[in-house]
Parts: sequence; structure tokens; C-alpha cells
Amino acid sequence: MLSVLDLVPFGQTAHGPRFYALRLSHPQWAEWHPGQFLMLRPQSFGLEIPWGRPLCICHLTTRHLICFFEVKGRGTERMANLSPGDNVEAWGPLGNWFDMETEKPTLIVAGGMGIAPFVGYVNRHPKPWNMTMLFGHRQPLGCYPVDSINEHIPVDSLREDKEGDLDNFIFSIQERMRDCAEQEGLTLACGPEPFLRTVQKFALEFGSRCQLSLEKRMACGVGACLGCVTKTRDGRLLQTCWHGSIFDADKIII
Amino acid sequence: MDLSVTLRGQRRDLNLKNPVLTASGTFGSGLEYTPFGNLGDLGGIVVKGISLLPREGNPYPRIAETTAGMLNAIGLQNDGVEKFLNEKLPLLPFSETAILANLYATSPEEFGELAGIFNEVEGIAALEVNVSCPNVRHGGAQFGQDAKLAAEVTARVREMAPDKHIMVKLSPNVTDIREIARSVEAAGADSISCINTLLGMAVNARTRRPMLANIVGGLSGPAIKPVALRCVWQVASAVRIPVIGIGGICCVDDIIEFLLCGAQAVQIGTANFMHPRAAFELAANLPAALEEYGFTSAADACGKIELPQ
Repeated sequence: MLSVLDLVPFGQTAHGPRFYALRLSHPQWAEWHPGQFLMLRPQSFGLEIPWGRPLCICHLTTRHLICFFEVKGRGTERMANLSPGDNVEAWGPLGNWFDMETEKPTLIVAGGMGIAPFVGYVNRHPKPWNMTMLFGHRQPLGCYPVDSINEHIPVDSLREDKEGDLDNFIFSIQERMRDCAEQEGLTLACGPEPFLRTVQKFALEFGSRCQLSLEKRMACGVGACLGCVTKTRDGRLLQTCWHGSIFDADKIII
Repeated sequence: MDLSVTLRGQRRDLNLKNPVLTASGTFGSGLEYTPFGNLGDLGGIVVKGISLLPREGNPYPRIAETTAGMLNAIGLQNDGVEKFLNEKLPLLPFSETAILANLYATSPEEFGELAGIFNEVEGIAALEVNVSCPNVRHGGAQFGQDAKLAAEVTARVREMAPDKHIMVKLSPNVTDIREIARSVEAAGADSISCINTLLGMAVNARTRRPMLANIVGGLSGPAIKPVALRCVWQVASAVRIPVIGIGGICCVDDIIEFLLCGAQAVQIGTANFMHPRAAFELAANLPAALEEYGFTSAADACGKIELPQ
């Protein structure tokens, strides 16, 4: 059981989407790696909301655990009402994690909420000068934890708010991934499914090493319910929570 | 407090160190939960449904959260009996706790073949026959919804697995569950577990789409507990063989309610998703609760419901 330290709204407007950084007491895990996630189930879910919510670990400092979420449904709605001192069940760290090849150029490509796991990643990376980041988003930049990444590496952000912006973003992804592939670098991506499909397409086209972080509907988070399966290119169905949520782009069908 | 329970079957008994088992499909092979508790502390583990050959299951999305419950249409994805016996069973603590194989097949002959394989396996304490899974088209539901077919499957498994305790898991999606219960008892079942999931559906108003790719799925979780209690009570009143209660158990009071209605043991299902330590904690907390309510053992609570005169 962890307790809520605070819940900080990010860049919220009266009618826009609601983003929060949730700071929790330290879970005392023996270890964790950027890209892993945890299942979070506030006591206020009661019997009414049975499943915990899978949240990527934004960052774990020596003092606390930070998660980042957007209010999307009844579970995250109730999470947005958490107060300091509230108890939450949490199990983790779960799943695998992003590779960290410190000597290689690493391109991070994030879409919207997909920025969250990279806060921990750039903090952990011992050679930040080898990393670059491309960030596509629909909401104002202040809705996302960009500052915690900007401290370590430059973030090129592109906002989609008019026609043509998405094409520009896709073009930028293509260019940056091509460069990264030519330098035999590593590309890491997290974001919505259509975005990941685009990244995957370029990864296959350029033959670049690329890892994708997938989001799926999950009940247990530990590999038991078989709800969150991802299909592999060789025809197997793998639990995303257990075999992922990070997959090599050339191994799966999105 | 002595928590041990002996399920006295018509042919084979099943000894459990306590009456808390985990329900099939909610606990993987058991190994998924080793980081969260000692499997040997459980009364038993009913493993995810096993078929003769590997099955891919249904397309994604296969699960949907509902109010106080969830729907699933996994479609019996599993690696097949051979892989289970070679790769999973040897890692399970079968000498400490009862491991029950949940059998899935599409014909009485296939059920028999599967039962014959497990009959020879020392590490399997009992077979749970899934005559009721509602998820697979042309699947188990047809057996569980017809008293004759349910009996035919039971008899075939009984015949092919004479050395094992045979537990038959009943579907609540029937007109009269007592009729099916009597029928499988007459066909040689050693015990009855109930209930499997209730057939249900969830729809997204905004997208106008069903929440499951399979459109319909099995409802489980706290929402179905009243239905499960009613079924357990009806079945326990209708047969002599032991009844194992399943359906929405989340706390020790829930377990005791099932015992009062006539269950001799229970299975924990969706609660394992709500918290991975749920089954372990329920097993650990049961003795204190039984004592608080004035019972001397789990068996002492069985059937002690006080009905209005």
C-alpha cells in the first residue's frame, strides 16, 4: 500500500483535457527500469471499479514515485479526486523495459501522453548528449512533463492544432528515424496506436533498431488474465503486461 | 483452527488444506502469482483451462470492465496439455497444495481423451470439467445447458479418469441449475463447482461499438455474487456431493456466506485481478473470521444458513 503525497494538475483549462502528475510514497522496490509500469488501485475504487489502472512509471526518485495520467474514464476520474494521505494499492514494477545503449545515438519519439516513461529514461541515462527527442502533441506543451526532460536533453516539439501539422510531424519522424538508422542508433517510441504504427512502418523501412511501448486494456497486469494480448509476426499471442509492454518494432503486429 | 476440508466424492475424495482455491482463468498456471504469496498456502489452484491442442483464443479486445464486475471473452487461449505438463506443472507445489486441471474440449470424446492423459499425472489432484464456458462458439455452453449432454461428458471423464476426483463446473445460464446438477451427480461427478460466468454484453455509447470483439462475454466479479449464492444454495439442496462456491468473492464474509449456503470450499476469481494478493490474504484471514462468527472450523459453517420458518 502506498500513500498519495500530492496530485498536481498540469496545464489544465476549464474545458480541456485534464492531466495530472501523481506523487506517491516510495514503494521500496529492489530495482526498476524506465519503461516499466505499475498497477494502481486506489481504495476509493471499492468494489465498483474492479481493475487497477496500468500506469507507466514516470520517475522514481530516492524519495518518491511519480506517475502521470490523463482523465479518460471512470477510473482515472476517481484518481483525479485523490488527496494527500489517501491509500492506493500498487503492484509493480511490471513488464520489461527500454534498452539503454549508452554509447549509441538514441532517438526518442513520443506522442502525447507517451512522453511519460521518458522522464525516468533521460534521468537515468548516463550520457544524455547521445539522446535526442521528438515530441508530438495536441494540447499545449504545459500539459506534459516536458520540463523534466528538457533539463537533460533538447526536446523538439511539434503541436498538432491545424491541418497539415500531423503531416509535418510524420515527416519529421521519418527524417529523424532515417538519420538514426544511418548512425546505427536506437529508436524508442511511446504514444497512441496510430502513431506507433507510423513509427513501426519507418523502422521496418529503414531497418532500424526500434522499440515500441504498447498500451492495452489490462485486468491483472501480471500475465494471468490474458486480456492484453499482442500478436507477434510469427503468429503468437503474448501478454503485453508480461512479455511487454516494450516490444521490438519488427516482432509485432499493431 | 483446523481449516482442512475433505470433499467426499462418490468415487474419489479430494483433500484440501483449506477451503480457499483460485478459480480457473483468473490465476494463470499459478506461477504468475508467485511474487505475491506462497502458493502452498492456498487450498488449491485450478489452472487456466487446458485443451488437447494449443488454442489461440479470441481477438482483442477480450475483456471489459463493468460496474462491480468484468466481461471476458478470452476464448480459452492456452498452450495445450503437453506444454502444461512439461513446462508448468513441474514448477507448481503440487505436493503442498491441490492442483486442479480445468478441462476444455469440444466433444465428449475429446473430454475423455484429455481426462485419460491427466489420469496418469501424479501432480494433478483433481479434474474440473468445464461444461459451461460461454465464450467459444460451438463450445462448452452447449454441454452445460443440456442435462443429458452434461451427463454424457461427465460420464466420459469419469470413465477415462477413474483415479481422479472429478469436479464439474456448472453454468448459471440455464433455466434450472438443479436439473443439471442432479444429472452430473448421477453420471458420476465427485463434486460440483458453481458458478461459471454469466453471459453478458457491454456497449460504448459514444462509439456505438460493443466493448468486446466477440460482442458477448462472461460476466464475473462482485456483481454476480447474489446469483452465485442462489445457485450454490439451490445445488447444495439438490445433490449429495460437495459443492464448491464461485462468484464475486472479495472478502472473508463473502466466503462465509457461501459456506452458509452449502459450499464446502470456494474459488476466488476476479478478486485476483483486483489485487494479486487477494487469494493469499483471504486464506490467511479466514480462521479469524470463522471464529468471530462462532464456528469451530470451515466445515462447521457449511450449510448453517438459518432459513425463515
